[in-house]
Amino acid sequence: MEKGRLVAFLAVAAITAGIVGISANDSASLNGFISFLTVFITTVAIFAIFTLGLNVQWGYTGIFNFGIVAFFMVGAYTSALLTKGPSSSEFVKYVGGLNLAEGLGPLNLHGLTGFVLGALGAAVVSGIVAFLIAIPALRLREDYLAIATIGVAEVFRRLAIEEEGLVNGTRGLTGIPRPLHDLVSPPDYKFIYLAIAVIVLLIIFVAIERGARSPWGRVLKAIREDELATAASGKNIFAFRMQAFVLGAMIMGIGGAVYSANQGSIVPDTFSHFFGTFIIWAMLMVGGSGSNRGAILGAYVVWGFWTLTGLIQPHLPAALETRTSYIRDLLIGLLIIVMLLLRPHGLMGEEKRVSLFAEQKTKRKTPRVGAPAGPTEV
Amino acid sequence: MVRSLTRAAALIGWARREYGGLADRAGTVGLWLLIVLLLVVGVVDARQYLVTGIIVGSIIALGALGITLIYGILKFAHFAHGDMMMFGAYIALAALVGGGRIGPLSFGWGMIFAILLSMTVLGAGSVAIDRVVYRPLRQRGSSTVILAIASLGVAIVLRAIMLLWWGPDQQLYVSGIHPAREFPFDIMLKPDQIFIFATAVLLMAMVYLLLFRTRMGKAMRAMSDNADLARVTGIDTEQVVMWTWIIGGALAAVAGILLGIQSNLKPELGFTLLLPLFAGAILGGLGSPQGALVGAMIVGISQEVFVGIDLPFPPFGVPGYKPAVAFGILILVLLVRPRGLFGKT
Repeated sequence: MEKGRLVAFLAVAAITAGIVGISANDSASLNGFISFLTVFITTVAIFAIFTLGLNVQWGYTGIFNFGIVAFFMVGAYTSALLTKGPSSSEFVKYVGGLNLAEGLGPLNLHGLTGFVLGALGAAVVSGIVAFLIAIPALRLREDYLAIATIGVAEVFRRLAIEEEGLVNGTRGLTGIPRPLHDLVSPPDYKFIYLAIAVIVLLIIFVAIERGARSPWGRVLKAIREDELATAASGKNIFAFRMQAFVLGAMIMGIGGAVYSANQGSIVPDTFSHFFGTFIIWAMLMVGGSGSNRGAILGAYVVWGFWTLTGLIQPHLPAALETRTSYIRDLLIGLLIIVMLLLRPHGLMGEEKRVSLFAEQKTKRKTPRVGAPAGPTEV
Repeated sequence: MVRSLTRAAALIGWARREYGGLADRAGTVGLWLLIVLLLVVGVVDARQYLVTGIIVGSIIALGALGITLIYGILKFAHFAHGDMMMFGAYIALAALVGGGRIGPLSFGWGMIFAILLSMTVLGAGSVAIDRVVYRPLRQRGSSTVILAIASLGVAIVLRAIMLLWWGPDQQLYVSGIHPAREFPFDIMLKPDQIFIFATAVLLMAMVYLLLFRTRMGKAMRAMSDNADLARVTGIDTEQVVMWTWIIGGALAAVAGILLGIQSNLKPELGFTLLLPLFAGAILGGLGSPQGALVGAMIVGISQEVFVGIDLPFPPFGVPGYKPAVAFGILILVLLVRPRGLFGKT
């Protein structure tokens, strides 16, 4: 086995063994153990959606978004406001409340229609936000967009907190409708939601995979590798970058929708730079920019690492226990730096992939390459 | 969807090509007019806020100066700068021993010592980080974007160290109430705030002398203009890089400490600080030291004056919207004059 694949395999195996082992040991019952793993995988799936969105922006096109949390937040609030009913109390104020989850009569399908519409709405609004921010910032140097996205994240958080009538201020929104929740008893609902999150992830995964192997995907990669040469072949660089940025943001918006329906409630403090942006960058850097499988693998490894350290925490001496969460933060930061220095292409490395058409023609899998592929300038 | 996006993008591109030159000139004039308007409104209607804005602006200027120097020499946006400022502030907190007071100030000579120590630690620390993280990437020929992502990693690490060491709660250098004093024109100022402004101006003057009166400064400016040309004329570029980090780190330390004196210390503040820092540096023109000073001042003044003007719609009158004001300035500059007030084309 090639060295990089071996490292990836070992990382996944170690994390899986650690999580299964410790949680089996700590759980009081088989039920507790299974429900722990279910919640874990659901969370990985949600993070993987964000990581795929970032992969479209950074991995394929080299656009650099440090405000993932902004689109996460927009998606989460949009879908919540679309699916929730209007406020019934004068102490709870928010806009929207279209009640798509229960107000569609025979089309309700146990809230599934509302969930899908909420997710689509989240994608559209996130896409519009991305479009607006890209107009001034995307044409300029990459760094300007990164700063602008940090700004959007900060401004949205302030808006959510200061404009109390918008999304109920710091108290946040509760009772966000959960699709299909009336089909099973509450303790079993997590299995349904696991399926929903994984299906959404798979749909997005397949769509991006197809896109990446299409002529469109090849232009994106060409832009990442050599903008001038691509422009010289007559491609409108700005338009393609815009499309990739907006598409990535829409995926992040859908991630936000899946997140909010899973949680059932959201407050502005949920959307921190750390969980909304930093950790997702770490996931993509670990998995490998430019590879969708890598993005999902990275989400698994990093969130697995996070969960594992959380599981170890109670077994540590008291002096260390209270500080574990900060040590985790530290390790996430170190992970980004170490990956950049030692394995700039991540655990997976980018797959060398030219065209879907050519692959079908030749009827064989294109070879996977290690170090030389991927962003040449890394 | 995709097609309409493409069309919209093409339209924007066309408008820029056709009317770009005109827009640039109009944008420049418009920006300066807005700045004058801001100052006039500040003097007439919100004098107290204007003065506070100048104090805050002088702090932002020290940080923005570091960002712009690093950008000029190393050509990447240093996203760890806000966290570096906070780190400097916390080192001073740890080094601050003994009470005592210098005249009317809330702190004593211990603070002067703490500032010098923190400058040394951060100056040396920045060089160390460069040797471990950025230099290997540079030597590999990584793109500047990769360096920027590495700086995000550094930011996360610095922040985690602060959380580990000093905890997540906000802290003060000296607790207790320090009353403001009355100055002419109904302005209330704390003696500490005058210290902040004086220290900032002193450091700016030192940076000016260093950049324009020493050999190293000349080398730095040369490398900022054209790194390859600087190298072939025999400038030791690695040495220039080292001095850039020393100056940037030391300035960040002082900026963080002054911010701690003006308000408080909190690990989370570091990343949020990037917004006013970059807004200031970009408004002035990334890479231009004079620009960073002017830009940062304008950002600082705007943030305060907007809070001082009482209009019934955001972002006026609400302190929470200070980051939104910085963001608004950033977007405005990117739209009408991306190279900033003093930037080169």
